[in-house]
Amino acid sequence: MMALRERAVVQPRSTPSLPKHVRIQYDAVRQAFAVLSPEKIFWPNDVSLDILRRCDGRSTVGDIIAGLAADYEAEQEAVATDVIAFLQEWSDKLLVRL
Amino acid sequence: MSTPLLPPIGMLAELTHRCPLQCPYCSNPLELLKANRELDTETWLALFSEAADLGVLQVHLSGGEPTLRRDLEQLIAGLAGRGVYTNLITAGVGIVEGRIEAFAEAGLDHLQLSFQGARPATTDRIGNHKGAHEKKLETARRARAAGLPLTINAPIHRHNIEEVPEFIDLALSLGAERLEIANVQYAGWALTNRDQLMPEREAVDRQAEIVAEAQERLAGIINIDFVTPDYFATYPKPCMGGWARDAFMVTPDGTVLPCHAAQTIPSLSFERFEPRRLSSIWADSPAFNAFRGTDWMQEPCRNCDRREIDWGGCRCQAMAIAGDAAATDPACAKSPIHARMAMLIDEAKRIAAVPSREETFVYRRIGAVTESA
Repeated sequence: MMALRERAVVQPRSTPSLPKHVRIQYDAVRQAFAVLSPEKIFWPNDVSLDILRRCDGRSTVGDIIAGLAADYEAEQEAVATDVIAFLQEWSDKLLVRL
Repeated sequence: MSTPLLPPIGMLAELTHRCPLQCPYCSNPLELLKANRELDTETWLALFSEAADLGVLQVHLSGGEPTLRRDLEQLIAGLAGRGVYTNLITAGVGIVEGRIEAFAEAGLDHLQLSFQGARPATTDRIGNHKGAHEKKLETARRARAAGLPLTINAPIHRHNIEEVPEFIDLALSLGAERLEIANVQYAGWALTNRDQLMPEREAVDRQAEIVAEAQERLAGIINIDFVTPDYFATYPKPCMGGWARDAFMVTPDGTVLPCHAAQTIPSLSFERFEPRRLSSIWADSPAFNAFRGTDWMQEPCRNCDRREIDWGGCRCQAMAIAGDAAATDPACAKSPIHARMAMLIDEAKRIAAVPSREETFVYRRIGAVTESA
């Protein structure tokens, strides 16, 4: 019996990344950025795209939140709630690795 | 046209009809094409390039068994070179050593592997191929070792519906990220074998509970996609996401179709890539425009508030059961002949109760249907 993999939960120190088989790609036909994944294609909005682009496997969730809060001139706490929820959702769909 | 023409996103390429398995629910047409009818490498590459120009972002390489094409590495590389996401749909039987690694090196993004059963005896019997299960396990291991993400596809019917919990364990043990519990769609060979394949209502209900529980329990561990069985449904599926709306498929000889079974609609004729270009087939082919959008709809679809959710359901199922490709999919509770679905389920149950009838599949192979006709 194999050890069961476990559901990853977003932590401030997690360093999210996109797995090799999930990629952000500019689509010249539709003039928009697409996220390509097995069987599904997503069309993220600007904020989602900004989060995904920061998932480089080095930046921590804390870094990502701080960076976005600075760029959007927003309260860090409000940004944190949204970013953590977004990353947890994408991790649960196995589109982001934590 | 009530909706604007959008570029296609997805394409299914049936590279060949040749296959080592003989599954009695194969989605290929009953009249299978022999190898000498298949497009050559250059033509497939030209077609892929046009598809990318047209807006296709994802290509599913299927068959038959696509790995029987010796040029598969070249075809993958051609698509990868255009930034197209590639998904190989394979039975995983008879792939020689080193080839999966070569697919990965050529740029393959994802591999989908079918299992006819979660138990070796079921897999071997349904595909009519001794030792198939063991070979598939080996293919899964090689794919994971080559760093490819893996989907396990489990086509579900009467003879394996009780194995659903075992399919979930199997997919987990193989390191799959996705599992498709895909109830057989009754078109193609599955329509021929419908009475032998149709599950019973109690088993379908049990299955739905098992899958829903597993989806919740395994969130973040494995994605489980559930393709529900049409005959037991209240509303139809948006077949292909709507006829000619964002996807199409190509047969081994380059015939371009809105869906697998479109050739069962006798009023339509379909065109081939070369001489025709994909862009003109997509935009102008009468067959593609026949059921595009909502203008073609009859009642009850025409004024239904779900018409842009399910796009009227499956045209081929309407053809097969209602005898009219423009009718509401009989899977829909609003269809005037919806009750026929329940009758067909009961009919299958009665036939399955006759011991001599239950196991007599018409296995998929060239000439099988004309022989028995």
